[in-house]
Amino acid sequence: MDAEIILRVEDLRTTFDTDEGLVKAVDGVSFELRRGETLGIVGESGSGKSVTNLSILGLIPSPPGRVASGRVLFRGQDLLTLPGPALRAIRGDRIAMIFQDPMTSLNPFLRISTQMMEPLMLHQGLGRRAAKARAVELLLLAGISGAERRIDQYPHQFSGGMRQRVMIAMGLSCNPEILIADEPTSALDVTIQAQILDLIRELTRRTGTAVILITHSLGVVAGICDTLCVMYAGRIVERGPTRAVFAAPRHPYTQGLIRSVPRLDRKYQFVSCIPEGDTEKGPERLASIPGQPPVVVNLPECCPFHPRCDQAMELCRHRHPPATDLGQGREVRCWLYPEGAGHG
Amino acid sequence: MADQPILLEVKGLKLHFPVGGGWFGPPRGWIRAVDGIDFALRRGETLGLVGESGCGKSSTARAVAQLHRPTAGQVLLKGQDLARLDGKALIAARKDLQMVFQDPYGSLNPRMTAGDIIAEPLRIYHTRGILRLSRQDMDLRVGELMERVGLSRGFRNRYPHQFSGGQRQRIGIARALALRPEVILCDEPVSALDVSIQAQILNLFKDLQAEFGLTYLFIAHDLAVIEYIATRVAVMYLGTIAELSDAADLYRNPLHPYTQALLSAAPIPDPEVEATRQRIILAGDVPSPDRARTGCPFVDRCWKRMDACRTHTPRLREAGPGHQVACFLYHDPE
Repeated sequence: MDAEIILRVEDLRTTFDTDEGLVKAVDGVSFELRRGETLGIVGESGSGKSVTNLSILGLIPSPPGRVASGRVLFRGQDLLTLPGPALRAIRGDRIAMIFQDPMTSLNPFLRISTQMMEPLMLHQGLGRRAAKARAVELLLLAGISGAERRIDQYPHQFSGGMRQRVMIAMGLSCNPEILIADEPTSALDVTIQAQILDLIRELTRRTGTAVILITHSLGVVAGICDTLCVMYAGRIVERGPTRAVFAAPRHPYTQGLIRSVPRLDRKYQFVSCIPEGDTEKGPERLASIPGQPPVVVNLPECCPFHPRCDQAMELCRHRHPPATDLGQGREVRCWLYPEGAGHG
Repeated sequence: MADQPILLEVKGLKLHFPVGGGWFGPPRGWIRAVDGIDFALRRGETLGLVGESGCGKSSTARAVAQLHRPTAGQVLLKGQDLARLDGKALIAARKDLQMVFQDPYGSLNPRMTAGDIIAEPLRIYHTRGILRLSRQDMDLRVGELMERVGLSRGFRNRYPHQFSGGQRQRIGIARALALRPEVILCDEPVSALDVSIQAQILNLFKDLQAEFGLTYLFIAHDLAVIEYIATRVAVMYLGTIAELSDAADLYRNPLHPYTQALLSAAPIPDPEVEATRQRIILAGDVPSPDRARTGCPFVDRCWKRMDACRTHTPRLREAGPGHQVACFLYHDPE
């Protein structure tokens, strides 16, 4: 994919001051996003995936949080140094976001119409009537039937899946260039999740919007993302095109993660549409990653994954691995792949 | 497994909750969380209960454990109907039936140490005179349990907030094991956990089953998790069982349209597979369980519906060996 790069994050570091010490929630994250691309950020809780995106949007509560260093270049403009009003003009208009929980991110006291019309009137300068007409149109696009009637209802009158559709309609209302979706389907059931992912895929393809999708589900990433970043303890440990990473994961953490998810398609033809003869018998035991995710307080200089890694070496205990370029858009942070080794 | 005795049998179980009506007035309506289900668990098997939120799977577990008293039906644990027992008799009977909860944060008392949490069932049964245990025995037992679930004995005096989510779930499992139960009801025990930890806990459940001959009622919304752990699977929809089958047969040959849709919507962590597979995308949401209905509960979202589906309610009927389904595609309306 050679579309133009619209967002470039360089060496982003975000820290939080806590009673236990300094938490490096995001510790040197770099990636880029191209027009129309869907980028997945996966990681477990506490890996820094949400904080990365809140930092991009300037939504880190300060204190205790602080974006310590780095640049976030959106069309050449550094969002981190942008004054408040200029940032607010971009946020919600050219960069929109959807949060995990559609109940708490909609105001329960306001009608859907009020909440949907606000960004349209604020950013697009539409009048009340035009804004409402546009909002109805967006709800219909998001698959809410009877939108003319339902737009005057309150959030509690919508089901979870419907509320998430409203959020998506709101997120896309100003034709953003980037949509950041933080676990948009985690609170939803699988049949509803399939509907919502389909909707995001369809709408963003039509508008050319780039998506940053934050999730813990490898299944969701496999279904919708072009590229993939795997985060661990505040760092991107592996990055590359989704298909390539799944086909041959390089980082031991990525390998363990992919192995530890139970899969339906290994044994059953119905699920995968793979001819019955080709199926292999799945393993009787899941391969799990031993140990616990690290607490990122006062982390010493080392590879944060080494206590759980079955391929750890002496070097891993003392120095943090740099990012190694493996070619074909792939990058990994692991001492198994020293600098320059990947090009062979 | 078919030659093993039946440990737990649920017959015509219903659990309805009243809604509205104020403090003194009669209720305005009823939420039919569980609306007449039957299943049986043989010793050593794992029955997976799968379905989407609001389908009644957690309510089923709670009604079986008598945390909510059933509106109707029987819960026979080794032939004894728990729904008819009260007070001390219920507590004594429930010794063989323990529960592991979903939320490893909410289900542990934050003011108690891990050791006290695990010892609590022992203490309760001791003070009621059902179990005789000395202080030393109890301490020894707690230590053994902690070790068995993969927690260091040295963590005994720590509080829940000092543990990670996976470790907390291990405490919950040790607590459930304390009374040496035969049946454990697991209510979404891995859905709040991270992927790498989820695999650890699933393996722990399997190991414990092999070691102690445990019988599980295992609730999850993730079909892949159920496939990994269950020997038989019940698919629930709107308070009823839509399909009940041996696990392998259910995944190989799903009969109910709802099961087919669920399986096709489950994401597969493989981009190559995801790019080529066919999906059944259902229209609409699960209807509210607040009124009695005639006809199939799935009729509004079903793409194979027939006239009879609106007028008659399908019952769970044998469609093959060890495979039951409630759908008129496989048997005629009676």
